[in-house]
Amino acid sequence: MSERKFSVWKGTPEGGKLHDYSIEVDKGMVVLDVVHEIQKLHDSNLAARWNCKAGKCGSCSVEINGKPKLGCMTRLNEYGEDETITIRPIKTFPIIKDLVTDVSWNYEQNKKIAPFKPRERDADGNHRFMQRDVDRVQEFRKCIECYLCQNVCHVLRDHEKKNKFVGPRFMLRLASLEMHPLDTENRIEDIKKEYGSGMCNITRCCTDVCPEHIQITDNAIIPLKERVVDEYYDPFMKLYNKIFKKSKLRIYIIKSYLVTLR
Amino acid sequence: MLATQRTDKWWIEPTLTAFGFLCFVIYTTWRAFSGENFVADNYLSPFYSPLLFENPAGHGLDHSWFGSWPTWVPNWIPKSPAIFILIFPLSFRMTCYYYRKFYYRSFFLSPPACAVEGIKQKNYKGETGFLIIQNLHRYTLYIALLYILILYYDGYHGLFRDGTFGIGIGTIILLINPTLLAFYAFGCHAFRHLIGGKEDCFTCPAGNEKIKYKAWKKVSLLNSKHMLWAWASMIWVALTDLYVMLVSKGVITDLNTWNN
Ligand code: SF4
Ligand code: SF4
Ligand code: FES
Ligand code: FES
Repeated sequence: MSERKFSVWKGTPEGGKLHDYSIEVDKGMVVLDVVHEIQKLHDSNLAARWNCKAGKCGSCSVEINGKPKLGCMTRLNEYGEDETITIRPIKTFPIIKDLVTDVSWNYEQNKKIAPFKPRERDADGNHRFMQRDVDRVQEFRKCIECYLCQNVCHVLRDHEKKNKFVGPRFMLRLASLEMHPLDTENRIEDIKKEYGSGMCNITRCCTDVCPEHIQITDNAIIPLKERVVDEYYDPFMKLYNKIFKKSKLRIYIIKSYLVTLR
Repeated sequence: MLATQRTDKWWIEPTLTAFGFLCFVIYTTWRAFSGENFVADNYLSPFYSPLLFENPAGHGLDHSWFGSWPTWVPNWIPKSPAIFILIFPLSFRMTCYYYRKFYYRSFFLSPPACAVEGIKQKNYKGETGFLIIQNLHRYTLYIALLYILILYYDGYHGLFRDGTFGIGIGTIILLINPTLLAFYAFGCHAFRHLIGGKEDCFTCPAGNEKIKYKAWKKVSLLNSKHMLWAWASMIWVALTDLYVMLVSKGVITDLNTWNN
């Protein structure tokens, strides 16, 4: 056991300030443990959100020494022994009280997204697809909705373009729908116009903070941006596809080629 | 600006990246405008490849595609053959998703680092305003793929001096150069999309593994180390030029089988 210094932001939507605490800490403690110690010993009305204490519910997102992190997965030994550990609420969403913020804006974004629309079932009434076709999408299913990525994304955080961009968490969800082998909905137009794929400048902070280590930028956002390019910025590819992919011309060319070979 | 609650040394990474990249830019600009010492026998500097014309002083005829420096080139154009071609590899790198990440961070401070506020912008547009041109990246990729061939051709050229087959340190350097570029370009995000990523289903309708899927898997592997290949290929291209320049100036002697 040893004493450590902590500084925790307390306040309401009107304002607040940092409060200092000195806490007896033990080996292996995480930041959320400290919050609980403060509640138990010093300040029973310190508001904090948590649930699983196992990095799986995504409730305990805070900013620890300025970095967006899960309180329950951040061990104290990540910091120097004399360093004061400062805990603040996530910046991008409105304060309810102390460390608790109102993240309901995120739920609104989710509702905007056109839901999964599977193709017809096979003749025997089943839906079939291969594992390797959903490996990609499964990475995205690891998301625990902690909204740390939404919090750190500078488009929402600093530029406050919440009306123009749904944020990385929902680009991830869009990717998981768009890449699904069974899904038949086309969301590309909305991804560009409504959800704002162009607002993201791929600076990768969402990926850097994701506690599930999902490659949000590389595996979800950039592939979606490339799909938008197919649709809006690549006339040659479109023309090529029109002529060669869907038309009879292609079959004709291939057939006549085969004939000349013969 | 630069407001943050972060207490760690967040500025180290963007500063180092900016410094590294600036060194490259300064070196490249100097070399591109110099217009000299880009040929050492059968070695050609990649900054000057493809060499469309020899330089006005008459260097590089062996390598030049269209002969001597043309008379129609206006006088205000710097007298360096690199001027005609350097824009192509440059456009590839400048629109690369990885380069974008670091120059937006290091040079545009948008944002300088995560959870650090950048320059205040009234109306941030991301890549929807002027930067919409970044969407042309795949076209620059096609050019880069061509460059791999051209640079391999230079490497091949590096195996023959006056018609005699041989090998030198320069040859090896010239052959590694397009190889690193290939690792970089074949891990490109646009390439990853075009090769198979754009499909929603890799195995439909029959459920069997297609070439497309296998290719996408391989490209994804390269893609996960894209930053590494970006730097490796960038540094190597500068080193290759440096080597050719030093040999051409006679500062160092190329070890080779032709007894130089
Ligand atoms: S990569 Fe895009 S979505 Fe992710 S934090 Fe940066 S701007 Fe936001
Ligand atoms: S993508 Fe990662 S950071 Fe974003 S909400 Fe999901 S788990 Fe959290
Ligand atoms: S309490 Fe559930 S993720 Fe931290
Ligand atoms: S994304 Fe880096 S080269 Fe295309």
